[in-house]
Amino acid sequence: MSGWRTHSGLAVALDRENVDTDQLIPARFMSTPRSAGYGEFLLYDLRTDTDGTPIADFPLNAVPNARILISRRNFGSGSSREAAVYALVDFGIRVVIAPSFGDIFASNSVNNGLLPARVSEAEVDAAIAALADGAKEVTVDLTDRTIRFGNTTLEFTLDDVWQQKLINGWDDIDLTQNHKQAIAAFRAQHVQRMPWAIPVQQTNFRSAGRDTVSQ
Amino acid sequence: MTGRRLLDKLWESHEILRREDGTSLLWVDRHLVHEGSHHAFAKIAERGVPVAEPGLTFGVADHYAPTRGAPASDAIARMIATLAANTAKHGITCFGLDDPRQGIVHVIGPEQGLTLPGLLINCGDSHTSTHGAFGALAFGIGATEVSHVLATQTVWQKRPKAMRIDVTGRLGPGVGAKDLALAWIAKLGADGARGHAIEYTGPAVRALTMEGRMTLCNLSIEGGARFGMIAPDETTFAYVKGRPFAPSGYDWDRALELWSELPSDADAAFDTEVTMDASEIAPIVTWGTTPEDALPVTSTIPDPARMQGSAAERARNALDYMGLTPGQKLTDIAVDQVFIGSCTNSRIEDLRAAAAVLAGRRAKVPGIVSPGSQQVKAQAEAEGLDRIFIDAGLDWVGSGCSMCVAMNGDRVEPGKRCASTTNRNFRGRQGRDARTHLMSPAMVAAAAVTGHLTDVRELMKEREVA
Repeated sequence: MSGWRTHSGLAVALDRENVDTDQLIPARFMSTPRSAGYGEFLLYDLRTDTDGTPIADFPLNAVPNARILISRRNFGSGSSREAAVYALVDFGIRVVIAPSFGDIFASNSVNNGLLPARVSEAEVDAAIAALADGAKEVTVDLTDRTIRFGNTTLEFTLDDVWQQKLINGWDDIDLTQNHKQAIAAFRAQHVQRMPWAIPVQQTNFRSAGRDTVSQ
Repeated sequence: MTGRRLLDKLWESHEILRREDGTSLLWVDRHLVHEGSHHAFAKIAERGVPVAEPGLTFGVADHYAPTRGAPASDAIARMIATLAANTAKHGITCFGLDDPRQGIVHVIGPEQGLTLPGLLINCGDSHTSTHGAFGALAFGIGATEVSHVLATQTVWQKRPKAMRIDVTGRLGPGVGAKDLALAWIAKLGADGARGHAIEYTGPAVRALTMEGRMTLCNLSIEGGARFGMIAPDETTFAYVKGRPFAPSGYDWDRALELWSELPSDADAAFDTEVTMDASEIAPIVTWGTTPEDALPVTSTIPDPARMQGSAAERARNALDYMGLTPGQKLTDIAVDQVFIGSCTNSRIEDLRAAAAVLAGRRAKVPGIVSPGSQQVKAQAEAEGLDRIFIDAGLDWVGSGCSMCVAMNGDRVEPGKRCASTTNRNFRGRQGRDARTHLMSPAMVAAAAVTGHLTDVRELMKEREVA
């Protein structure tokens, strides 16, 4: 994952609360390998008619080159599916601005270079109003945590660790490998303290009524 | 100095190190993987790293598991085969479709004794909070984090804030853990516990069985909390004892000593305190498109005209999607079908509660009953519950996530309305344009009997009269 410091692009508003990850990517698309690209699945059931025809005035259809999404509270709530982030990233979105995010979605985002930028409800109201007559060019700066559009500058909230991770494009597995010795030492004392931390099958599974018919 | 909370005790006993920025590297005792973990396996394959601790990793086919016959499509069959191949390649025990231990990951973990008090449990699924019912630190993670756990058996995490939901009094007849969970989510909102680990306390929580506690902890994420937990007690120990992977002999005695030290100290302080009175909770149903849109079944559909700002807009959208009218009585809502199952409500007590309502009655609408595991299925059949469901006109099918997440081909058709024991009434969750009403197993059974949302207590009264 490569890091980034600033990002500019067209911003669109998705004026809804509780955009959950089931909406971001409906479950039926999730057996697709990532290499196939997830962009077309983004918000699929909101973006298309039942026959699959794109709804022309849906924000992401009207502005298919949108790079920044502004939405309302509790964005990305629900299922832990990282595919929701893949759909956003593969569509081209690098920043989502909202008053709050689902906890798991937010960490999945940072793990994929997508910034979950938190601003106040009032600032979202103003930003959505400013986008009412169409998409606008917006610049997001990770280093000073600002969002600039027109003459407006908003400051967003982001955990320090996540800021550094997004800027540096850090990979956690590489970081953790540096702690191999500490992990091994912990494991030894942990297992000594509670040997059942290593699961050992003590008894057979309960085989009463074992069902061989249903499969 | 204030005392330590259950959360602190669990956290500190798994903390390998803490960076200056406050992020902890935590040891993972149990890592549960399912078909959806294919992204994570692909990530470690790409790096060429092995699974660090195959003996602490368990696989199970659930999200795509067929409930009737063969997988519904090649893509679904491929998901199940990929899990089998990935687990076999890395020497991971997998409860596949032909294993009598197969079932929904959050049902089988506890059932097999893999879930124990004092452990840290991860799974690439947001309902991993279920396992917190045992006094475990259990939380859902995304695919990148799953690959990290596979590669290192550790997870980076900042300690969340602590919330206590204390429930006084006792739940009335016909009211259960599902109602309690929906009641607090309706009160605090779908993001009311965001950033927090919830500890559930109080006499109404203590009175719950382990299965009820699992239902309560399971739904923590629907109020925004990645973690939900209940301190272990005699109820917990009695459930765990003798399970296949539970400690025994000397280890059991030692485990009981350690587990008895887990409850929060009496003087422990919480960042957020919530109190509820169980005796005020009625059977609850959802009317909208998030679990916070929940009301006692005796209520009417709320009127967006009486709401402010974006809440009004959201309610209007929800009612439009759900095909409902403000002011309509909830009990006047007719349903097209019912679903009993999911990691929230598919355990034996859930099936017994639904069967108690359905016994000797016919369902007016079709529906399926999917037990949470093959063990639950066998138990239910031994008790004759399958006959009650079948005689009522419902389909008795195999175990898996089924119609809760609509990945295996079991789905609600567009525009159809389903009374469901599941966890999410999100748009499209049970199928495109599906309309979901969440409620307890007894309430779903009542809806099946009458064909519309119904206060199960009324049907219970009829039983008493008869």
